[in-house]
Amino acid sequence: MRAAAKVAVAPFVAVLLMAAASNDPADRLPNPLQETRARALFRDIRCLVCQNQSIDESDADLAEDLRKIVRGQVAAGRSNDQIKRYLVDRYGEFVLERPAFSVGNAVLWGAPFAVVLAGGAVILARRRRALPSEAPLSAEEQARLDEISSKLI
Amino acid sequence: MTDELGAFALILALVLSVVQAGASGLARLRHDATLRGAGEGAAFGAFMAIAVAFFALMHAFVTSDFSVMNVAANSHTEKPLLYKVAAVWGSHEGSMLLWCLALTGFGGAVALFGRGLPSGLKALVVMTQGMLGMLFIGYTALASNPFVRAMTPPVEGASLNPILQDPFLAIHPPFLYSGYVGFSVVFSFAVAALIEGKVDAAWARWVRPWTLAAWSCLTVGITLGSFWAYYELGWGGWWFWDPVENASFMPWLIGTALLHSAIVTEKRGALAGWTVFLALAAFTFSMLGAFLVRSGVLTSVHAFAVDPKRGILLLGILAFAAGGAFSLFAWRAPALKGEGGLFAPVSREGSLVLNNLFLAAATLTVLLGTLYPLIRQALTGEAISVGSPYFALTFAPLMAACLLILPAGPLLAWKRGDALGALQRLWGAAALALIAALIGYFLLQPQKIFVATGLALGVWLIAGSALELVTRVKAGSAPVSESLRRLGALPRGQWGMTLAHMGLGVFVLGAAFETSGRIDAAEALSIGQSLKVGAYVLTLKGVAPNEGPNYSAERATLSVTGPHGAAADVTPERRFYPANRQTTSQVAIERHGASDLYVVVGDRRDGAKPAWLIRAYWNPWARLIFGGPILMALGGLISLSDRRLRLAAGAKRRALPQVLPEAVG
Repeated sequence: MRAAAKVAVAPFVAVLLMAAASNDPADRLPNPLQETRARALFRDIRCLVCQNQSIDESDADLAEDLRKIVRGQVAAGRSNDQIKRYLVDRYGEFVLERPAFSVGNAVLWGAPFAVVLAGGAVILARRRRALPSEAPLSAEEQARLDEISSKLI
Repeated sequence: MTDELGAFALILALVLSVVQAGASGLARLRHDATLRGAGEGAAFGAFMAIAVAFFALMHAFVTSDFSVMNVAANSHTEKPLLYKVAAVWGSHEGSMLLWCLALTGFGGAVALFGRGLPSGLKALVVMTQGMLGMLFIGYTALASNPFVRAMTPPVEGASLNPILQDPFLAIHPPFLYSGYVGFSVVFSFAVAALIEGKVDAAWARWVRPWTLAAWSCLTVGITLGSFWAYYELGWGGWWFWDPVENASFMPWLIGTALLHSAIVTEKRGALAGWTVFLALAAFTFSMLGAFLVRSGVLTSVHAFAVDPKRGILLLGILAFAAGGAFSLFAWRAPALKGEGGLFAPVSREGSLVLNNLFLAAATLTVLLGTLYPLIRQALTGEAISVGSPYFALTFAPLMAACLLILPAGPLLAWKRGDALGALQRLWGAAALALIAALIGYFLLQPQKIFVATGLALGVWLIAGSALELVTRVKAGSAPVSESLRRLGALPRGQWGMTLAHMGLGVFVLGAAFETSGRIDAAEALSIGQSLKVGAYVLTLKGVAPNEGPNYSAERATLSVTGPHGAAADVTPERRFYPANRQTTSQVAIERHGASDLYVVVGDRRDGAKPAWLIRAYWNPWARLIFGGPILMALGGLISLSDRRLRLAAGAKRRALPQVLPEAVG
């Protein structure tokens, strides 16, 4: 139940309801530590047939199956990375909620920070350029300033 | 009859928009006051015509006139009146009509309230607004007409999705659209300034109130939508980085940047080109959102009236309006005559530039997060997903950096500030923030770093804003009477800013605390069994049927026992809407201070004894998440009521005094 229509054009949801199907007493692992780890993993794995929902949120049959797989592998003692690799091998990178740090995603991960760096550089460059204007007054300007100051006093 | 009247009024509005654009453009060319008046009259007329069309459609919905296809597809005779009215903007066609209503409304408002504007500038603003009107009313009338009739009207309508039948959801689109489309005025001002080739302090002063108004409406709209998701979707989530949410968030972020850069342009004449750029960008993002939400290019659960053919038309409108405006910007911006006040990096201007830098980068993360999967798929055919973990790693640190410098900004002087002095004044806030961070780190579980950072930032914002106010009124250093006098003399803009910044702090506190401290529990309970969530124990007392106007429900009654003894019962429901064959969940939320106890009844599990799946969540400080943004919007409105910003004010005053020597000599 990914936030439906909500925000933007709200009134227009299509699907819905009954979220957090992931926390069902019937499915839980007996070991609470393992269950916590499985539930954290659910949030990083996308329900492939849903509209932009993780398997933690979806109640689709496929999400149910994926949760079973993840719970099973957690119970079997496999690491988070192993489980994710298993899923990526079968379903592709699309299954990960967090895109991989890869060349193909360089723009996605890098651009925002590049913008900050570039912006910072522009600000610094402008500051250098602005500096000369703070050079000492020329003789002519100094004379005019003195004239004005004398009038002020 | 009224349906034909509505259809006619829609066409009339299109014609009036053409007149508005043409007459105003000619008026600017010939400096002709009569033509200018005609253009303004047409702008007001277009608004009236769209209003007639809008109320005609509303009439069709209220009277359940199913001969209108849009009504048949989105309404039902048994639906309560409020939702019949709200269904007007519940479909693609109707929502575009609401968009046009807001667009012509703002156009009419400029024509009516912009008396102090220079005539040339005003004519160009009205002209641009008219051109936008032509595009959007043209689209509505020709490609998405809500008044299309059915040859054989159905006996009963198809109804509106039941989870949309909710008061908050029903009222949030008008706010949202006022926000989106409010930026069109700023867009028109930017186009007008580019044509005139002049951006000065006076221009920025006219732009600010419109930005404030649109930004405040958008803030309220997004907050209402988020609140709706929180209680309606059944598990207490309030933000999902869904493409459709992102579509509303991008104009908000750019609007926030614009609010701040326009201050620099108004007070110091600097950043003129950048302010114009943001003014164009804000409405461009609004249009991008309108396209994304309706075209179906992105997968979102907000699958709203997806229609690829109309999507292409909307993309065309976006390309034409934004492409034209940014081409104009590329051509004219280098020649803009700004006043270009210089400033040191450590100064009020400098801090606002940093604010803009971080907000722009944050907007880019949202834009990339929304569109990058699409781009990558088109380029390489590989599908990827971008979910909330991406935003936690990019958007969150960028905004944290922005919030970190925020309290220092108002304490720095224009032109050249004293960083050390500002930090000295803020040491109290820094100490409080540090204490909050330590408490968060050592006492709260889990996600220690996250909750500690969030609490520290929230406290830093609230205490920093309060200290800035204290500094302004010289509390402590001047006599009390003097401080009180100064407090009374503070401009409303100051109050607005302080309130908005504090509201942001309140939001950050709530978001950090709720996200890291949420507790959830779920059990299948038979009558008499209990479930523990946090400090509360819920006991199922009974489940009974409950008939509503257009649904039938199973209502569970649970008693709540907290640390302070028994509280009132809660009654979550599971509703079935026969018209749509859909089941929805009516959450029971019991507020404890700013925190919520959130209870959902799920499906029935048959065993030895019948049981119901009960889910309960403890959402600590959840109300701050929604209260904070409301404070921000309130701050915007208070700022808007400032005398100096009142619409058309300051028009006759000169922007900046002439150079000092003449004044002295």
